[in-house]
Parts: sequence; structure tokens; C-alpha cells
Amino acid sequence: MFKYVLKRVLIGFITLFVLGSATFFLMKAVPGSPVSGERYRTAEAQRLARIRYGLDKPVFEQYTAYLGRLAHGDLGESYIKEGVYVDRTIATTFPVTARLGGITFVFALVVGITLGTTAALSNKKWVNNLCMFVATIGVSVPSFLLGMFLIIIFGVQLRILPFVGLRTPANYVLPVIALSLYPISMIARLTRSSMLEVMKQDYIILARSKGTPYKKVVIKHALKNAMLPVVTYAGPAFAFMLTGSFIVETLFSIPGTGREFVSNISNRDYQMIMGLTLFLGALIITFNILTDIISAIIDPRIKLK
Amino acid sequence: MFKKKKTDITPTPQAGAAAAEAVFEPTPDMFEKLDESSKNAEKIAYESKTYFKDAWGRFKQNKMAMVGLIFLAFMILMCILVPVFSPYTYDGQDLNAINEMSSLAHPMGTDYLGRDLLVRVMMGGRISLSVGFAAAAISMCVGITYGGIAGYFGGKVDMVMMRIVDAMYSIPDMLYIILITVVLEPSMGSILLGICISSWMGMARQVRAQVMTLKEQEFSLAAFVLGASKKRILFKHLIINSMGPIIVSVTLLVPSAIFNEAFLGFLGIGVPAPNASWGTLANDAKRFMTTQPMQVIWPTLAICLTMLALNFIGDGLGDALDPKKK
Repeated sequence: MFKYVLKRVLIGFITLFVLGSATFFLMKAVPGSPVSGERYRTAEAQRLARIRYGLDKPVFEQYTAYLGRLAHGDLGESYIKEGVYVDRTIATTFPVTARLGGITFVFALVVGITLGTTAALSNKKWVNNLCMFVATIGVSVPSFLLGMFLIIIFGVQLRILPFVGLRTPANYVLPVIALSLYPISMIARLTRSSMLEVMKQDYIILARSKGTPYKKVVIKHALKNAMLPVVTYAGPAFAFMLTGSFIVETLFSIPGTGREFVSNISNRDYQMIMGLTLFLGALIITFNILTDIISAIIDPRIKLK
Repeated sequence: MFKKKKTDITPTPQAGAAAAEAVFEPTPDMFEKLDESSKNAEKIAYESKTYFKDAWGRFKQNKMAMVGLIFLAFMILMCILVPVFSPYTYDGQDLNAINEMSSLAHPMGTDYLGRDLLVRVMMGGRISLSVGFAAAAISMCVGITYGGIAGYFGGKVDMVMMRIVDAMYSIPDMLYIILITVVLEPSMGSILLGICISSWMGMARQVRAQVMTLKEQEFSLAAFVLGASKKRILFKHLIINSMGPIIVSVTLLVPSAIFNEAFLGFLGIGVPAPNASWGTLANDAKRFMTTQPMQVIWPTLAICLTMLALNFIGDGLGDALDPKKK
């Protein structure tokens, strides 16, 4: 177990290093000077900025300095806006994203597992078909389109739900639905197929023949074992929610990290894009490692693969 | 029962001797003519089916997949024909007809510059669909080659190659795509490059797993014994035999590429104006969402239905190409 964890963490660090280097050299490849535009009108201002940000040094030296800063957890600062730092931006915006993401995650789990279990256990064919139809729609409709549909229908036409910001609990309804439909569909599909598999196992028949009530068999015996693929999916789901938040936060004017990222893309603020990419990448890598370790604890067979 | 049989078979000594003496003489009345139909016992009644013909037969049974296929064909045809035969062009502005609702002249209405939306949506479809299919094709070639080599040679080569894939795989594709598109300036080429760089890894993993199981089988050994080169074994034997699952994931790569391209368009880093893909069309119309909702709905409907169709086709192919999975 210890060796497995060590291996995963090591790969995680290598990934982070690759991502960091890739972003650095990509940003170096951007045509034009990074210190230009409104903030640096004169040649003198540009020269000073070059010295201040160490851009006058050779690229390799810049690279090692950059890696050194990263090792200390310093993600850099904006060259375009004075006094804007990546870590401070994350500190103010990420709690919002995390809260929205957390609620979405729980919502997706509950609805997805319920849908999947219902589809797997129902005797009626139409229940199964309906659940799977919802799941297929959810995979096919991108979150940004769903978000717009929801705004048009519930916000603009019916005027029953607010769609700007996150001030009241009612504000959460539309963004959470927009962000969670895709994970719901995936979780429902996974739960359904593994539930069908598990219900055929001998120990379920044994539990039933012992006289354990059906409900108890499903919840205590079957669901517990059917959850493994869902746990494995938690990593990708998390990544999906972070990138999905770019769109959903922009659409619903939510002041989170996703909207910050998008606005930096339109401003072409390369330093901020680089810093935020690294932060999001590190977060996702960490979450993937956690998912892998948890699945290995739940199901020891996984390590052997 | 067993006992009884035994007593039946055991003949008396006299009867045994009599049977040995009698000479067997066939007479004509012991034979009868074969009836016509059984004369062709060797004939194969059904035309022998190749793997793909068989799969096509199973695919046709799947109603949703067939609906998807027909819809996709219809969509492609519309995207090719509508801009050719329409009296409007995708960038021709008519400032007297701004933000019109659907009418006979403009079946989908016009946008804020008076451009015909039907033509724009279909031109957008050309871009979105070509990005989708091109990205899937390129990812397939790269993934097959990379995964095939890693899986066939195994050992250290495989270790290094797959660790690289693992490292790249754990970063969400959207981050790559955004970075590459931002750095190289948005264009068809940079978007395609970004999508391809992020989507070949899944294919490589799958091909590797397939090749690793297939190379242990007898036909691979047989090819080796006959003196086939490694390249020939890999591409003519192993890859061909894993084509079924590969085709399925390629079909599912197309909608994900279309989705990624629309996502970029929606972030404002899609194909530059006056060209438009479905994503950039939806993004342009976003500003008029509250007053002109239909302008958003047309392109989004096109994206959703096409992706739905492709997903149904993919699922259908998955069932059709894998006879065990029923």
C-alpha cells in the first residue's frame, strides 16, 4: 500500500513539473513583449519592468527562477494590472467556486445514484428507459448550453428564479443544475451497470435467502459494492466541475475562480492565466491521486492492474 | 437399465455363428432415391458474412442508433447544400432586416447585423463538424501508432511511453486547449491542434490494452513464425483485430471534439469572425439572450442534436461491433 501511494504521489509531482514547464515555455512562445500595452507606455517604463520581472535575463535563468518560485508556492503576479497576485486572487475567488462545486458534487451524487439504482432495479421497462434517456441527454447537452436554456426559460420567460450572482439560496438552483447534469448522467450510467452486475452475485442471493428484507439487501449489501466505479469517477467529475465552472460562473455572474480565468483569457493576461492553470492543474492532480488511493483502499484488486 | 442392455447384446453362441455365415447381399429395394432438396448438402444457404456485415446487421436493429445516423447524414447534407443554394451569404449584412424573427425569407431569422441565420448556422456546422471529424481522425492515427508501439514492444519502452501518457492524462484537456489556443491566436489550426493534443491519450491507452492481449494469441505467433516483420504484425494483424473498439471510441471522440470547439467559441476564443462555428454563434447571440432567445436556440439546438445523434451512433456501434456485449 505504502509503495503504491508513493508511486502515485511521485507521478503526481512529475505531472506538475511537466505542466509547469509546458505553461512556462508556451507563455514564452507568445508573440510580442509581455510588458507592453497601457501600463507601460514609455520605453523607460518597459525597461524598468523588464528588470523588475527579470525578463532581461536569459530564458534558462528565468526558467530556473520560475521553478524556484513555484517550489515556494509563489504563483506569480499580473504584468498587466498593478498589485494583482495569483495567490491573492485565488484566496478571494476560490471559496466561492469550492462552495458551488461542493453543493453540485453532493447533488450529483444523490441524484445520480438514485437514478442509476432505480433504473437497475425497476421491473418496469419504461422506468429504465426514462432514466437512461435522461442520462443520454445529460451527456449530450454541454453545460454552457444547458445554462443558457435554464436562464432563458426560468430566468427570462417565467421569471421564477434569479440568475445573477449567488446572494440567496434560490440563486444556487440554476447554476447547480447546469453544472451537475453531466456528472449526474455519468454517475447514473455507472451505478446502473455495476448495480446490475452486483445483484447477480451469490452473496446477494444468500442475503435474500437468509430472509434479509429487499431494501436492506439493496442498501447495505449491493449499493456498497456497486459504488466502486462511482468512486473511481470522482476524480474526472471533479475536473469536469472545475472546467465547467469557467462557463457557468461566467453565465451566472458568479465571482469565482472560473470567471476570473475566463476574464483573464479575454484580457490576454498571460501571467494570470499561467498561475491559475497551475493552481487548477495541481488541484485536479491532487484529487486524482486521492481518488486512486481511496479506490485502492476500498478494492485491493485495483493495485494489481 | 445398464444391466438389461448388457443381456440384450450378449448373443447366444449359435446365433453368433449363423450371423457370421450369412453373406450380406444388397438388393435394389433396400435403396431409395434422394429427394432433390437434400442433394446440395454442401451448399451454403446463407451468404457468408464478414465481421462488418454482421455488425451492420446488428446496428440496423438498433432504432435510436439508426435515427442518429439518419439525422447526422441529414445534418451533413444540409451543411453542404444550404450555403450553396441559399440566396444569402454567411457574411452578407442587410441592415434593413436586423434581428428578424423566423419568416419565409429567413427560416431562422436574422442576427444583429441582418445576416441570415440559417446560412450562418449551416456554415457554422461545416466548421464544427469538420473540426470534430478531423480531430477524431488525427487522434485516432496518433493514438493507434503510439498505443500500438507501446503495447507491442512492452517492457521499458511501454513503461516510459505510458508514464508520459499518464502524466498528460491527469491534466484536464480543457486547460491544454485553452493554453494552446490563447498562445497561438484562435484559428481553425490552433483549435484543432489543441483538441488533438488533448484527445489522443485515451485512444493510445485503449489501443495499448487491446494490443497487449492480442499479441499473446496464436495468430500473432503464427505470423511471427511465418517471418512477418514486426511492423506488419503490429499494423496488419494486431491493430486490424482491435478495430472494433477503436471505431467505437472514434465515434465518441467526434462529439467531444465538437463540444470542446463550442466551449472555446463560448469563451470567446473560437474561430475568428466573420467565420462562425456553432459555439461562436451561440456566444455572439448570448448578448441578446433576454430579447432574442431564438438566436441562441438555433445554434445550440444544432449542437445538442448532433451530439445526441453521435452519442447514439457510438452506443449502437459499441453494441454492434462487440458480439459478446448483449
